[in-house]
Amino acid sequence: MKYVDEFRDPQLITRAAEEIKRLADPNKHYRLMEVCGGHTHAIYRFGLKDVLPPNIELIHGPGCPVCVLPMGRIDDALSIAADSDVIFAAFGDMMRVPGTNGSPLEHKARGMDVRIVYSPSDAIKLAKMNPQKHVLFFAIGFETTAPSTALTLLRAKSEGLHNFSVFCNHVTIIPAIRAILDSPDMRLDGFIGPGHVSTVIGCRPYEWIAKNERKPIVVCGFEPVDLLQSIVMLLTQLQKGEAKVENQYKRVVPWEGNRAALRAMAETFQLRPYFEWRGLGFISQSALRIRDEYCEWDSEQRFHIPGIRVTDPKAAQCGEVLKGVLKPAQCKLFARECTPENPVGALMVSSEGSCAAYYNYEHRKAALVTSIGSAA
Amino acid sequence: MSADNGIGYTPGGCHMCLAIPGKIIEIASDNPNSALVDVVGMRRKVDLGLLQDDMPVSGDWVLIHVGFAMSKISEVDAMDQMRTLEMLGECEAAVQEVRGYGLEDLEDKQAS
Repeated sequence: MKYVDEFRDPQLITRAAEEIKRLADPNKHYRLMEVCGGHTHAIYRFGLKDVLPPNIELIHGPGCPVCVLPMGRIDDALSIAADSDVIFAAFGDMMRVPGTNGSPLEHKARGMDVRIVYSPSDAIKLAKMNPQKHVLFFAIGFETTAPSTALTLLRAKSEGLHNFSVFCNHVTIIPAIRAILDSPDMRLDGFIGPGHVSTVIGCRPYEWIAKNERKPIVVCGFEPVDLLQSIVMLLTQLQKGEAKVENQYKRVVPWEGNRAALRAMAETFQLRPYFEWRGLGFISQSALRIRDEYCEWDSEQRFHIPGIRVTDPKAAQCGEVLKGVLKPAQCKLFARECTPENPVGALMVSSEGSCAAYYNYEHRKAALVTSIGSAA
Repeated sequence: MSADNGIGYTPGGCHMCLAIPGKIIEIASDNPNSALVDVVGMRRKVDLGLLQDDMPVSGDWVLIHVGFAMSKISEVDAMDQMRTLEMLGECEAAVQEVRGYGLEDLEDKQAS
């Protein structure tokens, strides 16, 4: 395993790895899903698979907001920004994400006013700095970033800022987990729950997974030892035949979440009846729209939206990879047509997507080994 | 700033998903929701509006997402979180993110 020596307590890792080996029944095959893209990235980065017994399989879930965003949403927002009076503002993560006619960055090269902001409140600042223009903030993310957008909307309204709106793509994690559990070709034994999303929503929203679906879920931190300890906690529950929500990331995640953040979200957002997820299709009540009281700051209510829908190429098997039916390298396009430099499918778009993570760590490593081997 | 495409994109993790620890230096006298925070060696204004049920004071540590403090944490956990970012290869991304808060990066670029 990589990076162990850099860790503050390598002994903890060794102990957790031994505990996992002791708890895992050799006659069983365990399929555990890490929901969050940050965990997927960490798992590859730390080479965690190297310390897990072969009968523990980690399935990479839908928790990368950039990956699950349908291309049509980028096209829709860029169509508004085609107006020379509009500034398209988004997080840097969005800049390379392809739309049908290129990424925001490529549109910038063709003359569109595209700006990176690192915080939604900076989009407000941008609007104040450019009173003759309209600033469209392309909002994206799960519950980790949605409260910041919510507070920004509250501020825009209270300050009476009229040249600012939010193109809202916020999604919520629970319906995505439900869609995965409802999928007929899916068999999972438990979940490694998202860390930062849970800072906001707390642990209670996961209780139905334990109660109704009889699956254990452990909210988990991002260090190698956090992930291994969470796997120990999941295996312990499975061994006892239990299904509970547990919080391994107590040092950051309060059980009740962040109520002020939830209040701001409830004030400004309501659930959309349905929303399309790249790779998963339409999921009901899985995304947030801006409430009518804030319609002046809602790009979708303020501007004409073409409602572009772009289907992924049939050959891209993102859905199967998202549900863990296929491994990234088993997709026909992986590392051929679809690479992090030229992503075809959703999961190659962001470095937290499972295909990009697999490509960056496993595939490059394998390619290096092969080239060293052939050079020798 | 990374030079790969001139817009400051750094591979290695999703910037908006980063949780970056910072220490509150001073809370603005005219706005209790705005604090000067020391984050990865830089001083930036961070929004405290999402912590209004449990407001931090000067000297407290917070975890910051996209310019907003999302939770209070202990100093020990803040150090651990910094180490996690380092191990995940996300330090450069965090520095870049924080540098950009308040459009500082943009203003620098426009000035140059």
